[in-house]
Amino acid sequence: MKIVIINYGAGNIQSIMFAIERLGFTAILSNDWKEIKAADKVIFPGVGEASSAMKMLIDSGLDVLIPTLKQPVLGICLGMQLMCNKSEEGNTAGLEIFDVDVVKFTPKVKVPQMGWNQIYNLKSNLFKGIAEKEYMYLVHSFYAPNCPDAIATTNYEVEYASALKKNNFYGTQFHPEKSGDVGEQILANFLQL
Amino acid sequence: MLTKRIIPCLDIKNGRTVKGVNFVDLRDAGDPVELAKIYSDEGADELVFLDISATEERRKTLIDLVRKVAATINIPFTVGGGISSVKDVDVLLQNGADKVSINSSAVKNPQLINDLAQKFGSQCVVVAIDAKQIDGHWIVHLVGGKVPTELNLFDWAKEVEQRGAGEILFTSMDNDGTKNGFANEALAKLSELVNIPIIASGGAGNIQHFVDSFLEGKADAALAASVFHFKEIEIKTLKEALKNNNIEVRI
Repeated sequence: MKIVIINYGAGNIQSIMFAIERLGFTAILSNDWKEIKAADKVIFPGVGEASSAMKMLIDSGLDVLIPTLKQPVLGICLGMQLMCNKSEEGNTAGLEIFDVDVVKFTPKVKVPQMGWNQIYNLKSNLFKGIAEKEYMYLVHSFYAPNCPDAIATTNYEVEYASALKKNNFYGTQFHPEKSGDVGEQILANFLQL
Repeated sequence: MLTKRIIPCLDIKNGRTVKGVNFVDLRDAGDPVELAKIYSDEGADELVFLDISATEERRKTLIDLVRKVAATINIPFTVGGGISSVKDVDVLLQNGADKVSINSSAVKNPQLINDLAQKFGSQCVVVAIDAKQIDGHWIVHLVGGKVPTELNLFDWAKEVEQRGAGEILFTSMDNDGTKNGFANEALAKLSELVNIPIIASGGAGNIQHFVDSFLEGKADAALAASVFHFKEIEIKTLKEALKNNNIEVRI
C-alpha cells in the first residue's frame, strides 16, 4: 500500500510517520502532484496557524489538488480545519470540502483545549471497533461546530465536531497518532478503508 | 469532559534519566526510552523530558533520544532544556517532539515566545517557570533554581500568555524534592490569572497531593518524577484514586 503524507511545511510529520511504521506500513512524504495522486491513502497533517498554513498550500498549488483527490484522505488537526469552508484563525478561506466554518473557543474555557477528551456519536468505518467515549488527545484553540458532516463529537464549551467525513475525505480534530492504542486503531482503520 | 493529566517527568543527563533532590545529588533511575514506554503503557497522559545538563553543557544525544522516544510511544511528549532558538525547536519538532518547553531563554529573550508561537503555533510552546518565595513574594529563578531574577511569578505568567505560550509548567522550588505536596495556593492563583493550561510541578509525595493539586490548586495537569521512577506511586492506582475523588481522568 502506498501511503503519502502531504508535505507542505506545516505539521509534526515525524510522529505520523512513526505511528504508521508501528502499524507495519511505510509512508512517504511528498508535495509532488503525481506522487500524491498515485497514493492509495493520503494523510494531510498540520499544526500551527491556519492562514499561514493555507498560504503554504496555495504557494505549492496543493489547494487545487487536494479537493480533487479520489482515494481516502485523512486531515489531522489543522489539516482537518483547512478542509472546512473557512477559519476564523487569520480569517482564511479553506478547501471547502467539509461544509462548516471553523471558529474559536471563547475565554469561558481555557484556550487551547489541551489534553484528552472523549469522542462520541461515532459514525463511519473510521471508528470500526471503537467504543463510544474513548479518550483522544486534542490540542486546539479553534473548532468545527457540530454539523451534518460530523462523524464524531466532543464536548468542550460546546458540543463540536471532532471528526468529519464527506465522500472520500475524512478529518479528525484529535491526533490519532498521539492517542494511545485506540488512536492507533483509528489510524489502522483509515488505512483499511 | 477534558481530563486532568498525569505527566511523569524524566530528567535527562547524558542520555540517562536522573532525578535530584532539590535539583542537586543526582541519582540514576534508568533508561529514558524504556521508562517512557512503561509510563505510556501504564496510562501516563503525556511525558516531559528535561535535559538538565543542557544549559551548562552541550549535548547531541538528546536528538537521538527524541527520535527513539517518538518511534516507541504513542502519547504526546515535551522536550525542554537548553532550547534558545527557533532553530533548536525546529530540530526537536522535526524529530518527533510534540511540544518544547523553554525557561531561561524565555526570560533572557521574551521575544522567543512570540517567534515560536508564530512559527510553530502556541500549542507546542510550553513556558516553564521555576519560582520560590522570597519575603512572601514568588520570584522567578533560573538555571535550575540557582539564580533569582527580578521577575514576579504572576507578572511573568501573564506576560508569557500574552506572548503566545500555550501552556505554563510551574515548578515551586520551595516544594520541589520535599514530597510535601504542590504549591496549591500559588497554583490556584495562576490558574485564575491566565487562560492557558497550568501544569503543577514540585512536591508530589503521595496520592493525596495530586488530588489537592487539582481540587485546591486548580491545575490542569500534574507532573512528578521520583515518585513514579521509584515506583512509590503507580500511575494506575493514582488515576483510580483521582476518579474516586470525582476528578475526570483517562482510564
